[in-house]
Amino acid sequence: MREIQEFTLDELKHLFSPKALTGETMVLNMGPQHPSTHGVLRLILELDGEIVLNCVPDIGYLHTGIEKNMEGKTYQKAEVLTDRMDYMYTMGNNLVYCLAVEKLTELKSPARADAIRVILLELSRLQSHLLWIGTSALDLGAMSVFLYAMREREMILDVFELVSGQRMMTTFIRPGGLWRDVPVEFEAAVKKIVEVFPKRIDSYEALLTKNPIFMDRTKGIGKIDTKTALAWDVTGPTLRATGLAHDIRKANPYCGYEQYDFDIPTQTTGDVYGRYQVRVEEMRQSVRIVEQALNKLPYGPVRDNNPKFVPPPRSEIGVSMEALIHHFKLWTEGFIPPVGSVYCTIESPRGEMGLFLESDGSPKPYRAHYRTPSVPLLQIMPILSKGCFVADLIGIIGSIDIVLGDTDR
Amino acid sequence: MTFGLFLEWFIKSLVVILAMTIGFAYVTWFERRVLAKFQARIGPNRAGKEGLLQPVADALKLIFKEELVPANADKLIFILAPVITMIPALIITGVVPWGPPITLFGKTFTLSVSDINLGVLFILTVTSISIYGITLAGWSSNNKYATMGGLRATAQMISYELALGLAFIGPILIAGSMGINDIVNAQQHVWFVIYQPLGAIIYMIAAIAEINRSPFDMPEAEQELTAGYHTEYSGMKFALFFMAEYIKMIAICMIGASLFLGGYWGPGVAAYPWLGPLYLFIKVVILLFVLVWIRATLPRFRYDRLMAFGWKILFPLALLNVMVTALVITLVGG
Repeated sequence: MREIQEFTLDELKHLFSPKALTGETMVLNMGPQHPSTHGVLRLILELDGEIVLNCVPDIGYLHTGIEKNMEGKTYQKAEVLTDRMDYMYTMGNNLVYCLAVEKLTELKSPARADAIRVILLELSRLQSHLLWIGTSALDLGAMSVFLYAMREREMILDVFELVSGQRMMTTFIRPGGLWRDVPVEFEAAVKKIVEVFPKRIDSYEALLTKNPIFMDRTKGIGKIDTKTALAWDVTGPTLRATGLAHDIRKANPYCGYEQYDFDIPTQTTGDVYGRYQVRVEEMRQSVRIVEQALNKLPYGPVRDNNPKFVPPPRSEIGVSMEALIHHFKLWTEGFIPPVGSVYCTIESPRGEMGLFLESDGSPKPYRAHYRTPSVPLLQIMPILSKGCFVADLIGIIGSIDIVLGDTDR
Repeated sequence: MTFGLFLEWFIKSLVVILAMTIGFAYVTWFERRVLAKFQARIGPNRAGKEGLLQPVADALKLIFKEELVPANADKLIFILAPVITMIPALIITGVVPWGPPITLFGKTFTLSVSDINLGVLFILTVTSISIYGITLAGWSSNNKYATMGGLRATAQMISYELALGLAFIGPILIAGSMGINDIVNAQQHVWFVIYQPLGAIIYMIAAIAEINRSPFDMPEAEQELTAGYHTEYSGMKFALFFMAEYIKMIAICMIGASLFLGGYWGPGVAAYPWLGPLYLFIKVVILLFVLVWIRATLPRFRYDRLMAFGWKILFPLALLNVMVTALVITLVGG
């Protein structure tokens, strides 16, 4: 038992101060099995009493090999894998893949499909932020917010189930549009969410925003400035909390985000409280976008009709020879995009999510590589946590909102 | 000491221990159900009607669990620690009266195990012993998280014991006695919470910190230290810590009710003494509800901020409270 401990410390000793070897400071292995590391993150901490001197994030415990697996699947099948990456923003994973494929193949998603995509994406962002507000409040010991957030998240997951039959792994967004049109109950269900949510967000704020203990635990903790954040490639709410209003939805709009009126919330503090305020305001903005998109939801097709890439409707297969041939080709060989490589980005709840997709003229992607927002966020952990207490470290992990499935893929 | 006196003590102790143990079981049920109501859930409702048999099921489960002792743990202290935590929790309430003296078979009985004239001091002494159990548990587990939990408990106790002691002084000064019975009797007409609102609040805060309840549950902060000092405990040894925490919850509510809320006194007690325990029970349940309410609402303090709060805010306030109380009593000539 003792030998194993010494061996691990020996292996890692270049990461710590010499004091750790003499026992003057304590090396604490937090995770991968720990209640608050949000999955299977391992943090190796060097502690002086309860003060964190050094923090080394160790990732790879959830490595799924999704990117490599995608190379062995046709373009349609590879999409199903993307759901499993960032399991809090499955619609977004699908979307960035579909945007890349659409860019490669010059497929075009119709206006109705774009509007529904925006609604579903913003609902996804909302549910991701709900889980974040719940778990990060739980990390600080406020347990009720978690259960309230889960109650609301259920409404959103019900909408996902309504449109796709699945609560999380939806694969609803497809290259060229959507899998199929939304059912008639969709609008009423989304309208209910739009009505209910502002009040519910107020109730979370009532429990947290002005709570002296919460402010004490979050203000001035885990600070980062814009320059450092940019140097480490940090994006999303963590960057916006430092004062830079950078949001891909505004900077490089996709799916028609330019038609909607919304603000990019920013804070200048760059601490845990700032990130909290930014995310809460983002939830309100998401509700705003959903409301606008729902009000001007156009009618029409929800998928491009290019038969080389999009499977024909079921009704046509029995009566049209062409349709049967296309169907057969699509489900055996798959579709073949032209040779080339593309890079697409979207704004995930955690920051910039990008996909580099390269096609070598075969039905399978030559290379798919995701740029996920969680990796840079974990890289700045040592900067954020230097000199803070163990209790603050937990708050910081909660505030940067990492998803380990997003980190290891 | 006659045999009759011994028998009387024995029966009273048995009643207190049984009441506290059953009380513990149903406080867990009460907390889980009330917390569930706060949090838009249902809570345990499967075992028995309204989940009333849930504590029994939990106890059975814990009894049959394997007792694990970590390889490098200090075995003796590891086993002793839960006992050191548990026993003081059980005996704290020995000095708290549950009702006015009653006459049975031509003999008058006081309704407390022991009516010693230094009851308040007894409570302070005994509560500080139980913290040793927690510290030793953390230290003997040979686990870094547990050690940190144990150390936090020590730091917390040092910061809060003083304020707790000073909060007791208010009622002592007004009643002119350190016996809990005298303090309760002095509140027959006016509760001390009227004279001592600040003292009552300080008592409540310090007592919650004393028993490591949310928002002062740093020694067992689940999100930070996995489970703090009882990380390595399982089975009945874990259950003892759990029991100690909940029994202490009942105890501080009983003491708080006795010192500030008139104890067993309420309308009609003078005429019908059997109403006394009922009033005490109601007051304890209300205070327990407040504890659960606090847990459902507040995030956890940070350990250094807690000590700063204890030393820089609570302690001076408690001191001021004692001084003002003493001054007023001297001037009024009480």
